[in-house]
Amino acid sequence: MQDRPAKLSPVKLSCRHVWKLYGPNPDRLLANGAAPSLDDIRRSNHVGAVRDVSLEVHEGEIFVIMGLSGSGKSTLVRCLSRLIEPSAGQILFNGQDLLKTSDKDMIEIRRHRMGMVFQHFALLPHLTVLQNVAFPLEIQGIDQKTREVRAREVIGLVGLTGREDYFPRQLSGGQQQRVGIARSLAVEPELWFLDEPFSALDPLIRREMQDEFLRIQQKLKKTIIFITHDFDEAIRLAGRIAIMKDGALVQVATPEELVMAPADDYVAAFTAHVPRAKVVTLGRIMTPGAAAHIAGSLPATTRVEDAADQIEASALPFGVTDDDGQVIGHVTGRAIIDVLIGRADAAANGGQSWGTP
Amino acid sequence: MTRQGSVWLGLFLASLGLALLAPRLPAWALDPPDAILLDMSGWVSAGMDWLVNRATFGLFTVKEATRGIAAMIELPYDATRIALVDGITEGRGRRATTIVPPISWIAVITAMVALGIYARNIWLGLLMGVLFAYLAVFGQWESAMVTLASIIIAVPMGVVGGLALGTAAYLSPRFNRAMSPMLDLMQTVPTFAYLVPILFLFGFGPVAALIATVIYAMPPMVRITTMALNAVPAELKEFSLMVGCTGAQRLRKVLLPTALPDLMVGVNQVIMLSLNMVIIASMIGAGGLGFDVLNALRRLDIGKGVEAGVAITVMAVALDRLSQALAKRAGVPDLRNGSWVQRHPKTTLVVAVIVITGLVGLVMPWVQTYPKEAMISTRGFWADLVKNINVNYYDQLESFKNLLLLNVLLPTKRFLLALPWPWVMALVTLAGWQLGRGRLALLCLALTAFLATTGLWEQAMTTVYLCGISVVIAAIIGIPLGILAASNATAGKVIGGFIDTLQTLPSFVYLIPVVMLFRVGDFSAMIAVVLYALAPAVRYAAHGLRSIPSELIEAGTVCGCTRWQVLRRIRLPMALPDIMLGINQTIMLALSMLVITALVGTRDLGQQVYAALATADTGAGVVAGVSVAAIAIIADRLIAAGANRARARLGMTS
Repeated sequence: MQDRPAKLSPVKLSCRHVWKLYGPNPDRLLANGAAPSLDDIRRSNHVGAVRDVSLEVHEGEIFVIMGLSGSGKSTLVRCLSRLIEPSAGQILFNGQDLLKTSDKDMIEIRRHRMGMVFQHFALLPHLTVLQNVAFPLEIQGIDQKTREVRAREVIGLVGLTGREDYFPRQLSGGQQQRVGIARSLAVEPELWFLDEPFSALDPLIRREMQDEFLRIQQKLKKTIIFITHDFDEAIRLAGRIAIMKDGALVQVATPEELVMAPADDYVAAFTAHVPRAKVVTLGRIMTPGAAAHIAGSLPATTRVEDAADQIEASALPFGVTDDDGQVIGHVTGRAIIDVLIGRADAAANGGQSWGTP
Repeated sequence: MTRQGSVWLGLFLASLGLALLAPRLPAWALDPPDAILLDMSGWVSAGMDWLVNRATFGLFTVKEATRGIAAMIELPYDATRIALVDGITEGRGRRATTIVPPISWIAVITAMVALGIYARNIWLGLLMGVLFAYLAVFGQWESAMVTLASIIIAVPMGVVGGLALGTAAYLSPRFNRAMSPMLDLMQTVPTFAYLVPILFLFGFGPVAALIATVIYAMPPMVRITTMALNAVPAELKEFSLMVGCTGAQRLRKVLLPTALPDLMVGVNQVIMLSLNMVIIASMIGAGGLGFDVLNALRRLDIGKGVEAGVAITVMAVALDRLSQALAKRAGVPDLRNGSWVQRHPKTTLVVAVIVITGLVGLVMPWVQTYPKEAMISTRGFWADLVKNINVNYYDQLESFKNLLLLNVLLPTKRFLLALPWPWVMALVTLAGWQLGRGRLALLCLALTAFLATTGLWEQAMTTVYLCGISVVIAAIIGIPLGILAASNATAGKVIGGFIDTLQTLPSFVYLIPVVMLFRVGDFSAMIAVVLYALAPAVRYAAHGLRSIPSELIEAGTVCGCTRWQVLRRIRLPMALPDIMLGINQTIMLALSMLVITALVGTRDLGQQVYAALATADTGAGVVAGVSVAAIAIIADRLIAAGANRARARLGMTS
């Protein structure tokens, strides 16, 4: 079910050398494109909330920013949406520099092209579900009839039909966040920010909401920036993950690459206990070249976990195909078992890496 | 004992020695010599004179501006008075004939019942009905309606003004910084002191009283508005930006609706403060219940005073319950359909009753005005009751009064008045240095120097003495009550209810029973001040004890502490910062009440303000008022610094 980063799709949002420092005089520290070190920043009584972050988010991709609390992920996403003014850097949305956009144009961009879901839902307590979802349209001056038709549509999409006249306080946490999701989708945004949307929910509900989120994304194919502190959530949802620490990016990679080739000990500590089968794809463990007899074939992007039962049960190997359906290798039950019982080296070295940039 | 403790004990003993030596000290040490006095009241008077008679904004003079403001307020006030009290009449005096009568008593009561039902339920409606019916049956209707008319005009002005200033302060931190000290000052300058310059600018009459009321009732609304807007969750503010709200949309559609429940608490405050001030402002021409009390106090007509006092209490309870219910209701959205009449059955009913009783009243006068024959007067009853108490318990009351007066009040007064003023300045400054270092010491020095140069040193020390003793007594009664309220649920409910009622009563009302039992003088003033200022001491102590984490109490219990040990070793030390803040509030209330007790013959700064009011001497009134504010600010800053230190020591950050 996982979408690969659409490698060929154009860049929707990119940021270059973005900094956000708090303290007495951030401008002086960053004058003339300087890049102060963490020590420099601390010594001058500043806090480096975001340090020299550059990244690109492609159209239709789920880009997850993962970090522990205080790592700067929330500040970064607020810089990207310009809720916070970065101290330095460039943020390009469809090629337009948001930091140079006037307030008036920024209002237009936010009204029509961006949506955001908040950790604590941020629903207006005095409005019903319907009014909350229609609120962004009301702000744009769309007449009541039109906006309510559209609002009912998105309420249906998130599965809340029948609760249009409820007030937020009458809903459970999960339902409230469904309202938050519906509201952010009402304007059909091109870029969808989700700031720890499921962190305030119970574990069981969280899982259900993740499934729901993936279902909606399959349908809508939005460009998504998703913030979380939960690594399991990140690998479940992400096309690519950016790991943040102390305001800087540590590694940007697919879940599989993070697990198989962590950039440093910090990333390795996160990934150490992730079951390999959840992230490793057939492309990574396959033996190149076609086998003489195969039981069937599977795409290279399939995760081991999802194909394990099928392949292990078969006496014959399975063919592995690329995006165009061409057979590029094959996988045996043995290779699957190696991954499942954690013979990590076997899994890592068994086949060539697939799709590493 | 800590080193600090012994230093202060030493200083206290030294003070005592100095006080005993007082007769031998040179005169300049006891009373600031004329050479250092500044003629501040003269300057203020001259300034006001210039302002009123010569100052101009270019196109128009200040006098014209105040006239204009007065006219703007007069119009709605007259309209409300016509609706509630006077009706439309032709001719003057006795020969006046009514063309359109005011809203009948039946209609007003119906409206109040409807409001009660709207705000909460049928029970509140019934309570409102009973309370307002009391006003009619016991002959207080007309005065009560005059007071109500003032409140109906003052409250919207206070709320709208407070909302506007509070919102501006939220939007502009610079404006907030500029306004904050002004609000501080407005809340510490005693009520009477407002009245003097307003009397000067706007003359004697209901309009001046309304302006004073609005100025007095607005600061809490400003504060609450700023606070409520700041308290809107950050995510909602971000959300409003992310959907592309313009500034106005953000305020109108997101911030204000979300803050509404908090804002309604502010509205409740404005209503209660307005009632308080409308009563006090009877001194500059607000008629109504306040005037009745004032008149009765002046003539020592006990029966009439109590009657009016009870009516004020009834009105205070009614307005408080109603506005609290409205505050709780705030934010409950409206989902009714149908025509206007279907959606507003209660409003429709009230309008119908107004029209019908108005028409029927033309034929049957009792429908229009509650008939005199059916009124019950409690005047005689109260007068007899007080007479009886005074006849039968005179000795007991008198000996109680003398006991306290001779053993506590007078020695303290003599002690404080015998202290040389430079010594007092030094002590206060030292306390400032200990609790808050340079800045606080400087503030203390500046404010005490101000007091020394006004020529009101003796009155200031008298104020400190009366206020100090009242606060100590309020603390001795209040803190144990607070502890009791926190440790026992039933006691908590009873005490809470009692304190709530005490707090809704306008300060004027407290004077009535006190004067009845103890006549005039410092002792009566002290009792009134203690009653008025008791509430925060109880509340904060109870709150401090209740908010201690239960784990800490459990830890003590597990260690084998007795209940007494838990209280003394854990609960009280942890609650200390809160208790200190409660005392701080008690001091503030005591000072504001102390000024009002000038009516029962004190000789402190309050009396100065009161006298200035009587002679319309703006300068003297303002200087004495600011002196009270100076004492309040010193006490407030010292205690707040102390409470902060205690908090920091306990690792609680505010």
